[in-house]
Amino acid sequence: MTELERYKYDVLVIGAGGAGLRAAVEAREAGLRVAIICKSLFGKAHTVMAEGGAAASMGNVNSGDNWQVHFRDTMRGGKFLNHYRMAELHAKESPDRIYELEMWGALFDRTKEGKISQRNFGGHEYPRLAHVGDRTGLELIRTMQQKIVQLQQKDAREYGDAQANIRVFAELTITEIIKESGKIAGAYGYWREGGNEVLFEAPAVIIATGGVGKTFKITSNSWEGTGDGHALALKAGANLVDMEFLQFHPTGMVWPPSVRGILVTESVRGEGGVLTNTLGERFMFKYIPEVFKDKYADNEEEADRWYLDQDNNRRPPELLPRDEVARAINSEVKAGRGTEHGGVFLDVSKRIPAEVIKKRLPSMWHQFYELAGVDITKEAMEVGPTCHYVMGGVEVEPDTAAAVGVPGLYAAGEVAGGMHGSNRLGGNSLSDLLVFGRRAGMGAAAYVKSVTAVAVSEASVKAAADRIQVPFTNSGGENAYSLHQELQEITHNLVGIIRTGSELKDAIAKIADIRARSKNVSVAGDRKFNPGFHLAFDLDNMLLVAESTAKSAIEREESRGGHTRDDFPGMNDKWRQVNHISSFNGQEVIVRQQALPAIPKELFDLFDIHELEKYMTPEEIAKGGSN
Amino acid sequence: MSGVFSPSRAEIKERTLRTDKWWLQPLATFGVLFSFVIYATFRAFEGANYYADHLISPFYSPCLSEACVPEATIGGWTPISAQVFNFALSPALIILIFPLGFRMTCYYYRKAYYRAFWMSPPACAVAEPHKKYTGETRQPLILQNAHRWFFYAGLIFNIILTYDAIISFKNKEGEWGHMSVGSLVLVFSTVMLWMYSLSCHTCRHTIGGRLKHFSKHPIRYKAWTTISKLNHSHALFAWISLFGVAFADIYVRQVASGAWTNFYFF
Amino acid sequence: MARKVNLRIWRGDSTSGSLQNVEVDANEGEVVLDVIHRVQATQMGDLAVRWNCKAGKCGSCSMEINGKPRLACMTRMSSFEEGEEITVTPLRAFPVIKDLVTDVSFNYKKALEIPAYEHPADLGPGEARMEQIDVERSQEFRKCIECFLCQDTCHVIRDHEENKKSFAGPRFFIRIAELDMHPLDMLKNRKRTAQEEHGLGMCNITKCCTEVCPEHIRITDNAIIPMKERVVDVKYDPARWLGSKIRRREGS
Ligand SMILES: Cc1cc2nc3c(=O)[nH]c(=O)nc-3n(C[C@H](O)[C@H](O)[C@H](O)COP(=O)(O)OP(=O)(O)OC[C@H]3O[C@@H](n4cnc5c(N)ncnc54)[C@H](O)[C@@H]3O)c2cc1C
Ligand code: SF4
Ligand code: SF4
Ligand code: FES
Ligand code: FES
Repeated sequence: MTELERYKYDVLVIGAGGAGLRAAVEAREAGLRVAIICKSLFGKAHTVMAEGGAAASMGNVNSGDNWQVHFRDTMRGGKFLNHYRMAELHAKESPDRIYELEMWGALFDRTKEGKISQRNFGGHEYPRLAHVGDRTGLELIRTMQQKIVQLQQKDAREYGDAQANIRVFAELTITEIIKESGKIAGAYGYWREGGNEVLFEAPAVIIATGGVGKTFKITSNSWEGTGDGHALALKAGANLVDMEFLQFHPTGMVWPPSVRGILVTESVRGEGGVLTNTLGERFMFKYIPEVFKDKYADNEEEADRWYLDQDNNRRPPELLPRDEVARAINSEVKAGRGTEHGGVFLDVSKRIPAEVIKKRLPSMWHQFYELAGVDITKEAMEVGPTCHYVMGGVEVEPDTAAAVGVPGLYAAGEVAGGMHGSNRLGGNSLSDLLVFGRRAGMGAAAYVKSVTAVAVSEASVKAAADRIQVPFTNSGGENAYSLHQELQEITHNLVGIIRTGSELKDAIAKIADIRARSKNVSVAGDRKFNPGFHLAFDLDNMLLVAESTAKSAIEREESRGGHTRDDFPGMNDKWRQVNHISSFNGQEVIVRQQALPAIPKELFDLFDIHELEKYMTPEEIAKGGSN
Repeated sequence: MSGVFSPSRAEIKERTLRTDKWWLQPLATFGVLFSFVIYATFRAFEGANYYADHLISPFYSPCLSEACVPEATIGGWTPISAQVFNFALSPALIILIFPLGFRMTCYYYRKAYYRAFWMSPPACAVAEPHKKYTGETRQPLILQNAHRWFFYAGLIFNIILTYDAIISFKNKEGEWGHMSVGSLVLVFSTVMLWMYSLSCHTCRHTIGGRLKHFSKHPIRYKAWTTISKLNHSHALFAWISLFGVAFADIYVRQVASGAWTNFYFF
Repeated sequence: MARKVNLRIWRGDSTSGSLQNVEVDANEGEVVLDVIHRVQATQMGDLAVRWNCKAGKCGSCSMEINGKPRLACMTRMSSFEEGEEITVTPLRAFPVIKDLVTDVSFNYKKALEIPAYEHPADLGPGEARMEQIDVERSQEFRKCIECFLCQDTCHVIRDHEENKKSFAGPRFFIRIAELDMHPLDMLKNRKRTAQEEHGLGMCNITKCCTEVCPEHIRITDNAIIPMKERVVDVKYDPARWLGSKIRRREGS
């Protein structure tokens, strides 16, 4: 075994997605030494895949927009389960975060007056998403990547070493966050390339590891989305909040298998795409919930007319909110009216002329043509729900992004919970990354300046090192690939879009079983860039996440946003007052209830009382906010 | 061992693992360009058969030598003596440097001959045979940066050849308003030369490419957009205009030598 | 319909390696990356390969397929003939680490050498105004997913290791062009340094970079050649040089 590599930093940022990079910039600009760690190459984090845009109420396209409207939309989207303070900060600060990117060289699409252009998106009252074509995430990542390069160039001029104060450790996986006497002391991990181990000592760690999609069989997430940060936080003594809420995007590709789960953008339906089952039935008409009856057409004629005259007709039911459409597709497939690959048909070819499709949906045309060999101007697409985003995550203090209960630990981005409540609006994630990435950087910087660092003990190092050795010393045990597949089947079938108590119970038992067997995972080959070895660690994280999700889901006896219980349909005002807090006792995940922080009066008053009545109990309404 | 065979690189002994016919394009380019050079050299030294019935071969226009057939000159202007250092200079040789230089420094032809003649590289991801490579950073290749001067010269030539094409609408007796196959050949060749020049990268740069703010120069921006569209097809124009010129010369030569008769439509 | 395909995969590391034959199933609609993953899951558990998005958006899965630099996730199996042997190797311009994974740190070093964007000092947040037509040229270059296929195919460094010191490569020529064409960038000497420090003159515009770019960025036509022309403006064109001295005005 080679010598253990050791580094000392002020702040350690785990994750080089939008949240991690924004946090790193902030901490560096506060004068601290920062390390950024990521599993892939620098600039490849999941954020690059985001398409639509970043929501910020700049009001460039419609001047009626402001933070209050954005705040209302966000709370409404999350069905009022959001942490009000996070939603408030997010709505207030997003515009500044977007402008900041522009000052770092980002080139957003422009309005006629030369301002940043904004586009419409589901759930946003006004055109609000700053965007660059359909590659906004790429612009975000690249801009911050280049900002970091700029900081390094400055350090190179001042200190003669570009990496003196901010360094990117790419292709390095963190396996452990280390605490000493109750406080954060560092983190431990291995280089993916050589398998050799690394110890980072730092008084503050910011987790920005993104989502958990790979826990599920069908997902729009990449291999990185294994919930590492969720698991690391749990193990470090932090809490996860509301892990039952997962967003399933209704339209992911289902065929061919190679592209299963890859996102089919919402705009396809916006442009007139129609969903049908194998009987040729336009089934969405059957699934219009009571509350939406007055807004959505109940017959094809009217739905078709809407595209020409939106004022005098109701919208087609294909444009219902994401969770409704996802559930409908799911029911059709379960009822045996799905395609042989387990999807339904989404067709634009019958309604829109070929040239118009190619002009309005260029990347979709390209995606289906190149990857599926399907010409969407002539044929229907096959689509089905795909696991897209996790609303649940590390419980944090909104203002500082500090993880509750662990001094020195911070979390931002998709890995943090609370901001989006039970359902996230499109475009709110990219702005979330920027707003809370920055706040995490500030929070960590302030913390580091107020404490003295504690050294990592040799005992902690040994424990972390031993754990990495395990899969190599296990013999004849389980195969990580097949355990992963098993887990994905379970989550897909039992903890998926539609859940019932008995299935969840079954899932919890099965997940525990896999977790037991996963202790015996052994890997072939050596440590050098060995994906089997890498998966062994990712698997452990996914199991914890799945356990937390299943256990939170079985508790919540209502349906809300990204959590649907067949046995408890409909929202329940009582449950709105409850957060589910997961913690880890070393053996298993424990879930308990905690009261959702009450919304203060000034924010309460932003809403129409009749709207609040849909979500809140009469007593809450009577109180009229918390102060 | 260098390049793809450097010790740190993946150990693979093949120069390329491409399985398609990657050699076809450089080979074809080589064949065609080489044939053109042979023909052009022969014609440049021939010093005859470049004028017949108001048709002037583009290889010999403008005809500036005292040796020129009077009808082929610009109003009899012959500033260059027929003999230089006791050497009978073909009128073509005086001017050929300009179109030749224009094409030699053309961004498209550079690609074509670097690949086909110099094999640097022969095709993408096919290891080149050279030990050293310095690109266009030193003499003589740094002179490629003079492309814009040849471009300006090319414009003057285009004007002269346009004039020649117009002249071709005379009949044998010198009366206007007639058209022969020769007129069409010259018009085609000249139009293609214009397209070649207009689609040139230097042209695109000069028209608007060098601007930082298009919005402050709406007319130049419009022109730039148009030139950019033409520029997409620059390679195509490069070839068509080459064939056009060659064919115009062949046609004039055949007519001048009496092998073909120039058919008049009216 | 599963069919059997023959793959030749390069396996090894920086010390040695060779092409190894494997037979593997390929299902309808699959791409090369799927088949490689199947090999990994069933026959070679420790086969090293990089990937992330599987949708041509992240630029991780760069490798050479039948000798051509390509993204494995965007190369469909149906593009090969029935029975055709498919050879997969790591990028051949960079040091190999293991199997299909190469050390692309060269590119990150080069990124560090290109001076960053410089925002006008007097423009505060939200004050910037840029016309769409003024940002479009730079936006094309910002589509780059940093797959480094263009860097891999460029003969200047692929065939001449020693040029790596002095040559930034096509990916960074588009970065320089992006900044030089950025409506607000304040740094003035990008043209000169492109030629003098980043090796723009080494490029002989043979266009392989453009041929392989999965984002279809017109690297040579829209970035390298315009930059070469801009370099001529400031370095090799006495007339413009004189003109600019007299008028004291940069082409704006
Ligand atoms: C197809 C698609 C389209 C989307 N479109 C939009 C959109 O239009 N608008 C919007 O707002 N949102 C969108 N989203 C959601 C949004 O992109 C993500 O939620 C967001 O990018 C997450 O960013 P992040 O910074 O939290 O983490 P990520 O970008 O996921 O980055 C996580 C980082 O953590 C690192 N990491 C993880 N584990 C470890 C470990 N153990 N050790 C070291 N490093 C680790 C990873 O390497 C990576 O660098 C979309 C998502 C998808 C999949
Ligand atoms: S055109 Fe220039 S940069 Fe592009 S591959 Fe060829 S030599 Fe390299
Ligand atoms: S320019 Fe094209 S080929 Fe080069 S790195 Fe960017 S996307 Fe890849
Ligand atoms: S003539 Fe070809 S680029 Fe100028
Ligand atoms: S995996 Fe992202 S480009 Fe291929």
